[in-house]
Amino acid sequence: MAVVLVLVLIVVGSVLFHLLSPWWWTPIASNWDYIDNTIIISFWITGIVFAAVVLFMAYCVFRFRHRQGNRAAYEPENKRLEWWLMVVTAAGVTALLVPGLFVWSRFVTVPGDATEIEVVAQQWQWSFRLPGKDGKLGTSDTRDVAADNPLGIAPKDPDGQDDVVVEAADLHLPVGKPVKVLLRSIDVLHDFYIPEFRAKMDMIPGSVTYFWFTPTRTGTFQVLCAELCGQGHPLMHGVVMVDTEQDYLTWLGQQQTFAQLSTPKQTGSANQPSGKTMASALDVAAKLETLEAR
Amino acid sequence: MVDVTPADAVPPAEVGEVELYHPHSWWTKYVFSQDAKVIAIQYSATATSIGLVALVLSWLMRLQLGFPGTFDFITPEAYYQFITVHGMIMVIYLLTALFLGGFGNYLIPLMVGARDMVFPYVNMLSYWIYLLAVLVLVSSFFAPGGPTGAGWTLYPPQAIMSGTPGGQDWGIILMLSSLILFIIGFTMGGLNYVVTVLQGRTRGMTLMRLPLTVWGIFTATVMALLAFPALFVACVMMLLDRMLGTSFFMPAIVEMGEQLQHNGGSPILFQHLFWFFGHPEVYIVALPAFGIVSDLISTHARKNIFGYRMMVWAIIAIGALSFVVWAHHMYVSGMNPYFGFFFATTTLIIAVPTAIKVYNWVLTLWRGDIHLTIPMLFALAFIVTFVNGGLTGLFLGNVVVDVPLSDTMFVVAHFHMVMGVAPILVIFGAIYHWYPKVTGRLLDETLGRFHFWVTFVGAYLIFFPMHYLGLMGVPRRYAELTDMTIMTESAHHLNSFISIMAFIVGFAQMVFLFNLIWSIRHGREAGGNPWRATTLEWQTPQTPPAHGNFGKELPIVYRWAYDYSVPGAKEDFIPQNVPGAFAPSREPA
Amino acid sequence: MSVILVFLAVIAGFAGWWLSHQRLMAKPWLEQGMAGDYVGFDRSALPTAKIGLGVFLAVVGCLFSLFTSAYFMRMGLSDWRPLPLPRLLWLNTGVLVLSSVALQCAVIAARRGQIDMARLGLATAGLTALAFLAGQLMAWRQLTEDGYLLASNPANSFFYLITAMHGLHILGGLIGLGRTSASAWSGARPQRLSLSVELCAMYWHFLLFVWLCIFAVLAGWAATFIDICRQLLT
Repeated sequence: MAVVLVLVLIVVGSVLFHLLSPWWWTPIASNWDYIDNTIIISFWITGIVFAAVVLFMAYCVFRFRHRQGNRAAYEPENKRLEWWLMVVTAAGVTALLVPGLFVWSRFVTVPGDATEIEVVAQQWQWSFRLPGKDGKLGTSDTRDVAADNPLGIAPKDPDGQDDVVVEAADLHLPVGKPVKVLLRSIDVLHDFYIPEFRAKMDMIPGSVTYFWFTPTRTGTFQVLCAELCGQGHPLMHGVVMVDTEQDYLTWLGQQQTFAQLSTPKQTGSANQPSGKTMASALDVAAKLETLEAR
Repeated sequence: MVDVTPADAVPPAEVGEVELYHPHSWWTKYVFSQDAKVIAIQYSATATSIGLVALVLSWLMRLQLGFPGTFDFITPEAYYQFITVHGMIMVIYLLTALFLGGFGNYLIPLMVGARDMVFPYVNMLSYWIYLLAVLVLVSSFFAPGGPTGAGWTLYPPQAIMSGTPGGQDWGIILMLSSLILFIIGFTMGGLNYVVTVLQGRTRGMTLMRLPLTVWGIFTATVMALLAFPALFVACVMMLLDRMLGTSFFMPAIVEMGEQLQHNGGSPILFQHLFWFFGHPEVYIVALPAFGIVSDLISTHARKNIFGYRMMVWAIIAIGALSFVVWAHHMYVSGMNPYFGFFFATTTLIIAVPTAIKVYNWVLTLWRGDIHLTIPMLFALAFIVTFVNGGLTGLFLGNVVVDVPLSDTMFVVAHFHMVMGVAPILVIFGAIYHWYPKVTGRLLDETLGRFHFWVTFVGAYLIFFPMHYLGLMGVPRRYAELTDMTIMTESAHHLNSFISIMAFIVGFAQMVFLFNLIWSIRHGREAGGNPWRATTLEWQTPQTPPAHGNFGKELPIVYRWAYDYSVPGAKEDFIPQNVPGAFAPSREPA
Repeated sequence: MSVILVFLAVIAGFAGWWLSHQRLMAKPWLEQGMAGDYVGFDRSALPTAKIGLGVFLAVVGCLFSLFTSAYFMRMGLSDWRPLPLPRLLWLNTGVLVLSSVALQCAVIAARRGQIDMARLGLATAGLTALAFLAGQLMAWRQLTEDGYLLASNPANSFFYLITAMHGLHILGGLIGLGRTSASAWSGARPQRLSLSVELCAMYWHFLLFVWLCIFAVLAGWAATFIDICRQLLT
């Protein structure tokens, strides 16, 4: 009989946990509240099914447990009942699927006015590239990656010269403007993930992937890597700050373009960009070492 | 209705000459045995032993996650090695091997009424190659650089690069070789399971009279035979990339400022191959569990399984559909996003036959005569965890919901619930159920109940709250859950709680192991058919069944596997090999 | 992944055809008693070993379909440079056909009980299969000498990989053929011998078929053929 009690407790406990526990998603900061709504629909439908099945089971165990002289009924099948259940299930599944696909079609259709920005991942840091005055990102190739060109921007492409390069530093975005995030990696798989934005996508070396979103509130958000990328994976944090238009422009004004970064300067500072890469790579290496030392 | 032929008019069920291999020495009887029952025990023992290694690894991982920074020896490197080997062992070397190699070998010949597998020699080879694969896997712990830390999915490029433990050492090579060996060994065994069901059935055992256990294992084996080659291809190609510098999966890469030799390869290609195996693999583990749990419920509720035909069709439908859903593991992999529409639809369609199975299990309980034996308790616990894990699968299968949840703890909780906890609960139930047939004695009841309660409640408490960590955004495969702004203080406490539960549940398994060994000598004598079950394995003349299973003549099957509580019959069960009709003359209303 | 899906569709077709003969719609609880009427459904009349081999060949077919799928998927990427196939492959194909024909003759002879002819057929098949393997090795050498190395281009990698896999399967078959030949020479029962020769022949024909398919793929005809089909469809 204990099992009946436990089955009921599991249903009640799970529902209470769902409603009362402090662990829930982070406050949303993008336009993807559609996704949250789909999750809510899923919780309702699946929650009802879970409670119904387990409670029915508990009732069966309680009502039909073995007692002296009991004998089970003989019922090989009941076609009508089975068909009904199948139809109801199919309806439930459709109710989950249709809104899901609807939102997905939004997710894959990038609005025309979205600004393209690029995120470049490498073990274990994030860099960013914004289109310059021409509004276009230059082409890129992993083969072009070098000490003074850490993102592998094609040096010959005129579109790339005015691109703003943000290497291993914070990214700023203006609030309320749709962004198409182009994702690139120069070594292994990574995944650009900001829990508050809900959207994420893997980055694959050798190709460019994308997703889009519109930041809806200002603030500082932590970037996490969501695809295992080697032993530095948990340390691969970054920062995205969503600013008001004005703050954003101020920040943008302080950034350097690709052309500025790659013009040969006097010997002293020629190695600066590579020094920076090295510094951040060393930073991760140091973090790893402290971890191992612990 | 079919005319009932009197038993004495039926010729003996032996078909043709029986070429049964007879062992000549202790070695060929117990070690290099060709008897499926001995091979089954060898498979089970090996799988359980390596499973214990995986259990210990999971403890180490939970130590690190629950109490970060407390245990010096668990470096990120070590953590990734533990997580990889844990996953690989649990999915392949434990669950696949135990369900198909262990239960398949023991139950198929007995349940279909055969003397042995059809190709006993190949069957023996299958086990020894499996053992070799396990040893190669274990040897990677002692190789320079240790085992691979690439995650059980072994995604290139990182799997074969120096930023991953074992990537440029021996780890990944040994892992891939071990998988290749496993697949070769499995194919040998799999041929046996399939062909024995096709050709080894005794007289009267039509397909629709097979117990669902056999249906589950049979379908799972067919799927495994067709799915494992994809893993084989992926492994061979990755080995070439790693050892001979080809570029099947490896694009141009800059590693730590240096250009690597590779060029132009496609990491996505690997993912397609891997999941073409990987998704059917989920059902390769689930279908035998479905089959076994159907038989447990039916036997211990003294009622025929409700909707047998629907159950069989559902197994077939799930098996077929599972080959066209693989890319739902790749929604955020960067593949063509329009595939999402197709794969989300197929994935959610598969929920329908699966739900039918759940309904039919529960409806079997309805108006049954439920004996709350330990196998029955485990079956009930299976339904709870499977329904829970299956429903969260509807979240992850629905492409857009997967976007925020993929690669978070939600996924970890989901797949542990649905293909970790649920099938393992069935395995436990099945062991409590069939142990008396294997040893002649019952497992100790008190220890068994203790084991059940701790395992079931504990496992639920581990994985149910974990979903909510994932919902919060906590990523999976993080060796350190520190420095994250999304993780509140209370979330860290929840993590510690999960770790403590993991330890408790793990220790309950030690009680189970003790019970397994202790009861061989001290368990209560069971007799030939302690559960009063109908299927053929309980009708053998000796318990444990002797070599050749059924004495002089094979049984003849007169009825389906679920004649429980038939109206008009004296007992509440009629074994499959009992002649005569007790059928109600019309279909019950 | 289209190649493997087509292959699986064929397998599913077979499975469906077989299942449709298994009375899956029957209500087993109503059919008590000796299922005398259904003895035909118990099992196939084919020898068990043949069915076992059939299942194994399905697995082998699956393996090569997957290699082919991977081949087509990788081929679409930009760095693919097809390699010229050595002429020698034509000769090798001829030799492999000869091997299959010889084994078919051995089957006919073994069925008729002409043990000498069967031995001759087996020996010819074995030697020609060895010749095929040697030929493949020579083709490899020619390619490496011409600078088409394993790792220099994915087309080359696939060529070596797929031919090696096929060669390994032939090699495995040779072990079976060796055992059959041994029993042919040591005077096994004709019925048994006939079965094991038939099994060898089945395996050989299948590997010949696989070879013809992968030859077509490697030579690029398969891709051309698919293109033409696509154009016809659109």
